[in-house]
Amino acid sequence: MTKVSLVLNGKSVTCDVEDRTLLVSLIRDVRGLTGTHVGCDTSQCGACVVHVDGKAVKACTMLAAQAAGSDVVTLEGIGSADALHPVQAAFREHHGLQCGFCTPGMIMSAVDMINRHGAGNLDEATIRDELEGNICRCTGYHNIVKAIKAASDQMAGMAEAAE
Amino acid sequence: MAIEGIGARALRKEDKRFITGKGQYTDDMVLPGMGHAAFVRSPHAHAKVTGIDASAALAMPGVDAVLTGDQLIGDGIGNLICGWMIHSKDGSPMKMGGWRALEPEVVRHVGQAVAVVVADTAAEARDAADAVVVDYEELPAVVDPVAALEPGAPQIHPEAEGNLIYDWEIGDAAAVDAAFAGAAHVTKMEIRNNRLVPNPMEPRAALASYNDAEEHHTLYTTSQNPHVARLVLSAFYNVAPEHKLRVIAPDVGGGFGSKIYIYPEEMVCLWASKRVGRPVKWVSDRTEAFLTDAHGRDHVSEAELALDADNRIIGLRVKTIANLGAYMSLFSSAVPTYLYATLLSGQYNIPAIHANVKTVYTNTTAVDAYRGAGRPEATYLLERIMETAAREVGLSPADFRRKNFVREFPHQTPVIMCYDAGDYDATLDAALSAADYAGFAARKAEAASRGKLRGIGISCYIEACGIAPSAAVGSLGAGVGLWESAEVRVNPVGTVEVLTGSHSHGQGHETTFAQLICERFGLDSDAVSIVHGDTDKVQFGMGTYGSRSGAVGMSAIVKALDKVEAKAKKIAAHLMEAAEGDIQIEGGELKVAGTDKKLSFTEVALAAYTAHNLPEGMEPGLKEGAFYDPSNFTFPAGTYVCEVEVDPETGKTEIVSFVAADDFGKVINPMIVEGQVHGGLVQGIGQALLENAAYDENGQLLTASYMDYTMPRADDVPSFSLSTHETLCPGNPLGMKGCGEAGAIGSPPAVINAITDAVGSNELAMPATPERVWQLCQAQLKQAAE
Amino acid sequence: MYETTYHRAGSVGEASDLVSKAEDGKILGGGQTLLPTMKQRLASPSDLVDVTKIAEMNGICEGDGSLSIGAATTHAEVAASDLVKSKLPSLAGLAGGIGDPAVRHMGTIGGSIANNDPAADYPAALVALGATVVTSKRSLSAEDFFVGMFDTALDEDEIVVSVTFPLIEKGAYAKYPNPASRYAMAGVYVAKHQDGSVRVAVTGAGHYGVFRVDGMEAALAGNWSPDAVASIKVDAGSMLHDIHGSAAYRANLVTVMAKRAVSAAG
Repeated sequence: MTKVSLVLNGKSVTCDVEDRTLLVSLIRDVRGLTGTHVGCDTSQCGACVVHVDGKAVKACTMLAAQAAGSDVVTLEGIGSADALHPVQAAFREHHGLQCGFCTPGMIMSAVDMINRHGAGNLDEATIRDELEGNICRCTGYHNIVKAIKAASDQMAGMAEAAE
Repeated sequence: MAIEGIGARALRKEDKRFITGKGQYTDDMVLPGMGHAAFVRSPHAHAKVTGIDASAALAMPGVDAVLTGDQLIGDGIGNLICGWMIHSKDGSPMKMGGWRALEPEVVRHVGQAVAVVVADTAAEARDAADAVVVDYEELPAVVDPVAALEPGAPQIHPEAEGNLIYDWEIGDAAAVDAAFAGAAHVTKMEIRNNRLVPNPMEPRAALASYNDAEEHHTLYTTSQNPHVARLVLSAFYNVAPEHKLRVIAPDVGGGFGSKIYIYPEEMVCLWASKRVGRPVKWVSDRTEAFLTDAHGRDHVSEAELALDADNRIIGLRVKTIANLGAYMSLFSSAVPTYLYATLLSGQYNIPAIHANVKTVYTNTTAVDAYRGAGRPEATYLLERIMETAAREVGLSPADFRRKNFVREFPHQTPVIMCYDAGDYDATLDAALSAADYAGFAARKAEAASRGKLRGIGISCYIEACGIAPSAAVGSLGAGVGLWESAEVRVNPVGTVEVLTGSHSHGQGHETTFAQLICERFGLDSDAVSIVHGDTDKVQFGMGTYGSRSGAVGMSAIVKALDKVEAKAKKIAAHLMEAAEGDIQIEGGELKVAGTDKKLSFTEVALAAYTAHNLPEGMEPGLKEGAFYDPSNFTFPAGTYVCEVEVDPETGKTEIVSFVAADDFGKVINPMIVEGQVHGGLVQGIGQALLENAAYDENGQLLTASYMDYTMPRADDVPSFSLSTHETLCPGNPLGMKGCGEAGAIGSPPAVINAITDAVGSNELAMPATPERVWQLCQAQLKQAAE
Repeated sequence: MYETTYHRAGSVGEASDLVSKAEDGKILGGGQTLLPTMKQRLASPSDLVDVTKIAEMNGICEGDGSLSIGAATTHAEVAASDLVKSKLPSLAGLAGGIGDPAVRHMGTIGGSIANNDPAADYPAALVALGATVVTSKRSLSAEDFFVGMFDTALDEDEIVVSVTFPLIEKGAYAKYPNPASRYAMAGVYVAKHQDGSVRVAVTGAGHYGVFRVDGMEAALAGNWSPDAVASIKVDAGSMLHDIHGSAAYRANLVTVMAKRAVSAAG
């Protein structure tokens, strides 16, 4: 067993877990945040993507112990039903989800992608390329790509307006 | 806020919970004291189980129990069943081998469960499952459906001699022979339809609990049809009587057919929870999903098309061998028969058709309905041979199809189906125009200047949805009816709950179904809730598959709404002292025509429940139920045009344009319909280019993870150009046909026709992997050089 | 995953100690290959020694005509590094194409080369560029380091500390990915060195991991153009074959990717 302390969605938490515990298991099973999903065993589907110290990572391919001392943000941490993150809002606006299972990872990857490229700097080809690590079986990606592009452009507009 | 009724692009009511992480999937459920199950699975495709030693596992930390098939049988748990009886052409019934949820004697595919461990944590259960020692005596295995029928092939079930399950036929063989005898041209092809794995992103899961004081079971599970699950678990598997079993399918992360069936694992959790006296949860990992979720397709066919001198089709002859895997899954027998051969007429006038279908056991995972189920196989076969025939006789593929279109309705095909309505020219014209078919030659030349081979392919599909009428499917062997149920409950304050037997696992029923109520009563969508997926809440229903929730599920809602509306009008007429016929519903109010008298919907609802002043003899309340049994299948149809560029150096195919023109009848929410088409198209494109469940000769699944099974990703596919063209279905009150499967049905032949056009060779099997396409390019280069 | 014991090392020395004392210890970099392998129960190390927080194993610095990259530097850091992009853009390009964005945020150069997956990208870069692998014990040339499929010259308790890449005149990496896993089916790194010599290293395709193509190197040394390699074939007999591609197909991809790499290098 190992003691893991980290910041989860802005809150300091300490958990005693087996060393083999994956970060996704700490998030879901220990902390009860079930918005992060597990869809494969081989680090490919991306349903488990969360942000660790501001970067998208696959929570099914990281030990909880590796994240000790880190700042971890899950889907629940980026917005709420009353105050949606622009990417969350865009997924709804553009019908970027159907069954919702891949959606947490899609949204977290999208936020990361916009952070890295800068709002407003994403075109369709880049978005499709960036989504290599996120698999969706329902939407055919068409509306996910649209949603991410719209969110990116809208966030650029928001940034401009704020200046 | 405007009322979002029929035809509105209403944003989805269910989305907020999914985009904020508040969805509730089965694996999200936690019950106090819950244990975890892990299955011990066969590493062999075919073997006798000669011993199971659980002693080491039982001694491991956290382990409650190791249960095996002997205990299951001892408790009187029944075999898994196939619910659709098919008779061979000689009249004999299909040969169904026994399928036990935990196999004590002979395992027949890799991954088959032989024991289950229940422990405190999932990791402990897995550790202990690895420590269960099972002794096997290996038997020879067969995975190829053609080889399985050959003399001397390994015998898989004692009940099915030579591995033949049934030898079935449809159509008039003599008429087809006569047509071919008089044909001016005959096109022949061998066509394989590759085996696919459905892969909903949420793996299957179950959480079962048992209350011994109440003798009551609860099962949370990833089901497309919780009532059918309860019926089968109760009536056939004897796990619990129906009234002592609650099945809840909460948020379900996609199904595509694979979550219709009642699998061993879910049943075992239910049984084990009673035996070990604690709730038991099992969540499939992805490799287990590859090994145990029902696969799709896997046909080997010979097809012959006969044309007259004017290039009109006069006959079609098809022989198909369909691989059903190691066991007959719930609806597996119906897929290569009534969902396949009955669609072989396509959009065309074909006076004579005969199809012979043999289904076989092999040492592979069971095969059942996967998005489209039989109809993709029929469409692929027909649209490949149509394209080939057009090329052989030198007609444009579009003209050849147009020449043979059905244009008069109703149209009785020679293979049972009677098409009720359609306009195949309209969707073909729309697709060709959107694809700029006329400008293709210029694009091909431009691509050639860049060293790329450009091709264009058409597919004109038809499918049959809704699945019904019940009496008709019953006469064809179905074990269940295929109607749907609904209950519309108007609450005293005028809000509405609709209880539907359909189940949404991504289709957006909470939104689309609500639009019907908003339209009917002029209510805001916030005033409407759709309730589904819980056998304790909802009346018996048949669930969601076969693109049936619109055409059948919503028709049931319409019937219930008709009754609610009639009663509400009676109450309003009574309260406003007007004639019932003068009451009109508009904008959430019941008005007396030609006067300013009106009551809000809320006032009428409240009056129904206070019951202080109701018409003489009327029961209080405003709640009505209905069952809807369709009068016919529905027949969505359309044309897809795919344009590709092939890189001859690597064989990589890029889809540069994909156009879909569909006729789904009445569209309730265009946004959701488009989403269904997008998803279907990518599953079809996946079948055409990427996906294949490959076994080695020993029955090991070589593609048991995303490392080897090629799931379509965002950079594999383009954005799509869609349009819809409504011809109303005369068979149901809304005129709906269904849209859930069309994309997966119509797209594979469009893609393959485009690639074969690009590379100038027809010898291409699905999936058109880069290597296969490269080989064709090499052969063409060699031929050109000679 | 079987139970294991996790350690976070603060120095290279501590990491070596922890690994050598463990019954079956393994160094943990980003874990993007090791953890999936452990999840599938194909590996069961008694101890994992996380080296990613060790200061001397992190970061990128410029030396005399070279770049040195700490073993715990992630693929994303290499891909985004202005230093790498300006001095060795072909390496930044390679790093930016490994796995997917989330994998690149975790996966490290040291982890990648110590695992020596025959379909990994970095081994091609190290061999083509003539890199030097600096370990806790010694310095090794890339070709001495990579021994065979999933095999390196590393001792049990030896840790990759950094990799030093000489700067080159020009180069590029072209990869044809496996359609499912997206690992390389054939990845070809072509490098024209400052002394005029040429190296061509191939990953993904060969039976024994990364290998050089002498014929292509000679041809390119005389004529740096895609045409120079267009007709040079590698021996299909030494290529991998599986459900995704035959040996002949992989051999073809090596030639095509070599052409494209030369073309991209300019």
